[in-house]
This record gives sequence, structure tokens and C-alpha cells, in this order.
Amino acid sequence: MPSFVIDEKCDGCKGGDKTACMYICPNDLMVLDEDRMKAYNMEPDMCWECYNCVKICPTQAIEVRGYADFCPLGASVVPMRGTEDIMWTVKFRGGTIKRFKFPIRTTPEGEAKPDGGFGAGSGKLDDQLLFTEPTSLKADNIWTLGD
Amino acid sequence: MQEFKTVDVTTDFLVIGAGMAGTGAAVEGGYWAKENNLKITVVDKAAMERSGAVGMGLSAINQYQGENSPVDYLSYVRQDLMGLCRDDLVMDISRHVNGTVHMFEGFGLPIWKDGDGNYVHEGRWQLMINGESYKAIVAEAGKNAVGMDNVIERVFVLRLLLDKNDKNKVAGAIGFSVRDPEIYVFKFKACVVSAGGAVHVFRPRSTGEGLGRAWYPPWNSGSSSYLTTTAGAEMTSQEVVFIPGRYKDAYGPVGAWFLLFKAAATSATGFNYMAEGLAEGGELHNWPPYGEVKPIPTCLRNHLMMIEMYQKGDGPIFIHTDKAIAKIAEKAPDKKTYKKEMKKLEAEAWEDFLDMTISQAILWAAKDVFPEEGPSEIMPSEPYFIGSHSGASGAWCSGPEDLQTEESKKEYFWGYNRMTTVKGLFAAGDGVGVSSHKFSSGSFTEGRIAAKAAIKYCVENPEMPEFDSAEVDVFKEKIVLPLKHYEAHTAYTTLGTATKKYDMPVEEVNPNYITPKMAIFRLNKIMDEYVAGVGSQYNCSAITLNIALDLLKLLKEDLSKLAARNLHELMRCWEDVHRVQIAEAHTRHKLFREETRWPGYYYRSDFKKMDEDKWGKVFANSVYDAEKDEFTMLTRPLMHIVDIREVVGM
Repeated sequence: MPSFVIDEKCDGCKGGDKTACMYICPNDLMVLDEDRMKAYNMEPDMCWECYNCVKICPTQAIEVRGYADFCPLGASVVPMRGTEDIMWTVKFRGGTIKRFKFPIRTTPEGEAKPDGGFGAGSGKLDDQLLFTEPTSLKADNIWTLGD
Repeated sequence: MQEFKTVDVTTDFLVIGAGMAGTGAAVEGGYWAKENNLKITVVDKAAMERSGAVGMGLSAINQYQGENSPVDYLSYVRQDLMGLCRDDLVMDISRHVNGTVHMFEGFGLPIWKDGDGNYVHEGRWQLMINGESYKAIVAEAGKNAVGMDNVIERVFVLRLLLDKNDKNKVAGAIGFSVRDPEIYVFKFKACVVSAGGAVHVFRPRSTGEGLGRAWYPPWNSGSSSYLTTTAGAEMTSQEVVFIPGRYKDAYGPVGAWFLLFKAAATSATGFNYMAEGLAEGGELHNWPPYGEVKPIPTCLRNHLMMIEMYQKGDGPIFIHTDKAIAKIAEKAPDKKTYKKEMKKLEAEAWEDFLDMTISQAILWAAKDVFPEEGPSEIMPSEPYFIGSHSGASGAWCSGPEDLQTEESKKEYFWGYNRMTTVKGLFAAGDGVGVSSHKFSSGSFTEGRIAAKAAIKYCVENPEMPEFDSAEVDVFKEKIVLPLKHYEAHTAYTTLGTATKKYDMPVEEVNPNYITPKMAIFRLNKIMDEYVAGVGSQYNCSAITLNIALDLLKLLKEDLSKLAARNLHELMRCWEDVHRVQIAEAHTRHKLFREETRWPGYYYRSDFKKMDEDKWGKVFANSVYDAEKDEFTMLTRPLMHIVDIREVVGM
């Protein structure tokens, strides 16, 4: 069912006006049943399996079961996303388990500076240089015809 | 029905859609707006942190120039699109894209480096990255550039508003919140439409629970095209869809396997269709000059695959991952090195999936697939509209002033880079036509280019334009109509009331309205069967296209009877409206271009060959008159700005 919420693990993000999964889903699929304080995927066949709800869930209540119309049962792919890297556990139908760890970013969260550390550059509104250029190009100037 | 309140937003420059292109516009626009005391606002249908096509992540940056010149890149793009691209737009992105990639690295994106500190290339233009958080990192820079107070999330922009005194000038936009009963009315001097391509116009190969597993994300509903088209902007190359050949069902990426691991693909009988197609007398020589040189254009690679599958019946197509791995292993001097090498390769291969198509990892695990043990199937997908990849659909935009010849300047330049033919209306990313192969980094770059030009436009056109408030009132009524339809008619038929986990029945039958899900299925069926989808094995003709136009006309009429049970479905209703518009434009463009120029994307069975004399030097363009609901088709000349001596490959 693409992403699904494990009933007993979901706490509805403790009564906030929106849950983490509602905040992040790019396709607006997650909703909160306010009576039970449980989130659910309201339109599983529009799920891209992007895993953003899985990665963001503070109680690890969301997992993904591969699309039932072509994916055999029995496998799971579970991420643990930290501040610098992500650890994946891939469980095969036949029992094989593989683990992978990959870096996700080199700067602390929130610290992505718009100029990327290159400064504003020397462009004017009516020339061809963009913000941060030519420094960010690591070239002396912008290429044009005849160069 | 809940009462809707109106939220008015006045700004100078509005960014509509904040995927990669829109985020580029935010970063660039944020800087120039501040320099010129202007206000910039970003609006997104989702949360910017993970919106757009890169929301899941990516395993590679597909456009990095390195030391290559923009002319080299152009040679590759022109070749891949069977000759049809705008030299000025492609070279413009190419000359800026290194700066973008370097900025990404500065934002905190991990790009693979070799022992000497140089980027690891997957191919000539492609860099390998640890891209799980690609969009989150880039979006953070965008948000920091404009400030969170100027970012509006979960608001779906439906339509642009034109100046009441000048119908060729944009003045505002209207949309609604998908979370609260609020209609948003934006007033601005300029905007950039960077609202993505279109998926689910054609029927996808998986139609059950896997309906959402399109290669391109399901939230791309053709909004860029709809917004620019209905504002009266000239559109180009709406016939040029993109069909990626990917791992079957989950559509996992093949780039690393083909480029990095040098895997080969064959038919089920072992026929190496690419090598044989290129060899003397091979099929590719029927498509000169593009078929005769490497790299083989994307559509022709599909074409060769389709011949094996559909003409010879020699499918499926296999990618020989096992042989590729064995070959790499052979080169290892000893067992220990081999083991180490294999472990590295395995992690690289899995990261390719886990970074950008996690479904493929699930599918391999669920089927106990071990790539070193045997081949896997690859398959051409359903058609998508994606101006940023090997497709070309989008708005017809002005290019940069300095990358023109005297002649091309008359056709390709009208004052502001990336401005459409409507004043103040700019486009970027999937929104711009014949500016292909920009991918994530080039889309961000094009957003930057458009934003700087848009700020210049705001400075030079300081007066705030005015739209007709009566028109806004009409739109306000129209927006909520599906909710009203539902309320007015739902009691007419019985509904199942069995205990349901959700309070909404999945589908219901009612003669008074159509649900958004059924409307999309109806569209998908028309496009699939008559407009060269999977079901017609990518074939169409004037006869089938005209049938499609008749059916689309009926569908368009019925869209006025869409019903929505809540705000989420209201969003789905309007997404359908957007999709149907690009579907019609696409069908008309296919009908107009009487040739088969991109075999492997679609075939005109009544014009089976490429017609260089008639269609090789022109773009197929169209203008839509929203008041009359009429399309006008026209051609624009293809002009080469530089001579290409040699095609530079991947």
C-alpha cells in the first residue's frame, strides 16, 4: 500500500495542528483522524513511495509495503535518517539482509547559505552575470559567442 | 459547504512552484529583489522542503559542464532531440551551470570526489552525488534567500490573471489552499511559472495500487503548461513527450548501470539491438543524420527496443547486470581486490535506487533479485511531459540577448530572458520548451536566469498592473464548484455505509457528476488508445488523433461537473483540468506535425518517416485563446547560432 501507518506507533504528533507526515507529503496524501489522533494515507494509489513521510515520522510509525499490483510481499526497505547520514536496511523476501549507510549533507541543518559561500559576485542587473558569478563559476568571466 | 475566505497577497515577483527551477528563482530573485527594494514571494502546492521532481532525492547531477564548452553541450542536446532545440537557450544554461553545481556543494550537497579531490563523473556531463537530501538542502538555501515569511506552502495556483487594460500582460494569479477553505488572490508585476511537467495524462503501465508509480512524480499535473497556455502565451513542441526506458515496473534508474558499469542491453534472444542498429545496414541508418552518430538519441534507443518488443516479438529487453559485474571483476588482480571492488559496486548500485527510486529497491528485495546473478528487465514507460529532460514541451520564451545571430535575434529575443510572449510572465524548468537536457542543475540554473530577468522587468516596469475584479469573482465561484456539485447531488444515489476505515467512500456512482479519479481514468484511456500511449504501442494517425479530439471535447464539457468531497479532492479536480488542457494541446501538436521525427516517443502511422524538408527546420507552436477555447497552430524557424563540427557524446 505504498506508505502505511502502524496504528499502535502513531501518536498523531501529539495533538499539533498538523502531523509531520502531513507537513511533508509532496502529494498531500497524509491526513490526521482527529478523533483517534492517528494519521493515515488517504490515497495510496497516488503514492510515489518517496519515503518522505517514513523518514520524517518522529515515532517511526510509517513504513512502505511495495505496490500490491506488481510487488511480491515479504520485503522491506527501512531508513533511519540522521543529521549527516542515512542508514538503510533492506530485507529480502528470501531472508537476505543488506545494510547501507550514505552521507546526506556536509553542512549543519539550516545552514545552507544562498550564495554557497561564493559571495554576491560582480554582476549588474543589465549584464549576463548571475548572483555569485563569476566567482562561483571558478572562471574569470561568463562564456559568450566567440569565446 | 464551508465558507471560503479570500487571502490577498501583493508582491512584486511571484515564483509559482518551488521545485528545482522555482528554488533557483528564489535564490537568485531573493538577491536581486533585495538589491532593488522589491518584494519576492514563493508559492508551492506542497512543502518546499520536498516538493517537485527531486523531492525523493537523486543519485546524480546530470548536467555539469566541467571544462567542456557550451557548444559541446549543444552538440549533444541537438543530436538527442533529432535536431530540434533552441541553441540560445541550451547554451545559456550550459554557460551558467557550473556555478550552480558549485553553489550546491556550498549549500552542503555531498558530491563524490576521487583521491585527487576531483568530481567523480558518471559520464561526460554527469556527476555522482549522495543525493538523498538534494531537494531539502537546495530548498533551504531558497528559503533562506527569501525568508520564510515570503514562502506560502500548500497553495495550488490555478490560473493567471491578465491586466485589464492589456490582455498581453500578466497582473496576478488565483488559487486556493489545499488545507484550509481559503482562496488566494495574488497581485504582482511579474511571475515565473516553474510548476513542473505532466504525469498521468497518459495511462500508466501500472493501474492498480501502483498507479502512482510513474517514473516522473504523480503530483506533476501539467500546471506549468496550463498556466502559460491559458494566459495566451505561445507554446512550443507540445508534441515532444519523453519516454524513459527504465527497470520494469518500479522505473529504477539505469544511468549508473549503462554509463558507470557499462552494462549492455539485449532482446530476449540475445540481440544487441544498439550495436546492431549502429552497424552498417542497421536500423539507425534509416534516421539520418541523427541515427548515424553516437550518442544514439534517446528516442531511437527506445525505437530499437520497441522493434524487438512489438515488431519482432522478441521481448522482453534485458539489461545484463551480471555480465557487467563479471567484467569488472575480471579486471581485478586478485580475490581480495575483487571482493573489495564488489562491495563498493554493490553499495553504489543500491544507492542509485535508494537515493531516487526506493520502489526499485523494494521490488528487487521482494523478488530476491541479485544483479550479479542474472539480468533484469527494462521497459519503455508511458509518455510524460518534461521539458527539462529528453522531452521538449513548454512555453516559447525569449533567449539571452548576447547568444544570438543578427537573424535569430529577431525571432528569439524580445527584451527579457525566459519571458514568454506574455509581458511579465516568465517560465523555467519544465515550463520552458525546446530548452531540453537541463535536468535538476540546469532547471535550477534556468530559474536563476528567469528570476534575474524578471526583477529587471519589475524595475523597468514599476507600475503595478491591475486585473479585472469581476473576473476574479467569476473564478472564485468556479474554483469551489466541484464542492457545491457534490453537496447538491450526493443524496441522489445510495452509498455504501459499511464500516470503513476512512470516512470517504472510494468511488460512488451518480449521474449528476464525475469524481476526479474517474475523470483522470477517462483522460488516460483516451490518450492511451488514440494518442500513442502504451496501449496503442505508441502509434497514432490523423484518424485516431481526431477521434481523441472529439472525446476530449466531451471530457472538457464534463469537467464542469466534477465533484469534490473535500479540499484534497478539489485539488485533484483542478489537477485534472490542468491535465486535460495539455492533453488537448499535445494531440493538436501531434496532428499538426505530419511526420515521425521521434520514433520511440511516438509514431504517426500515416507519416512513417522523418520529413527534413518540411519539418526539419521548424518548431511546431500554438497559441490558445481562452475566451474562444480555440487553438491556433503555427511554425517558428529553427536557426542555428553556432556550427557543430562534431557531436560530443556522453
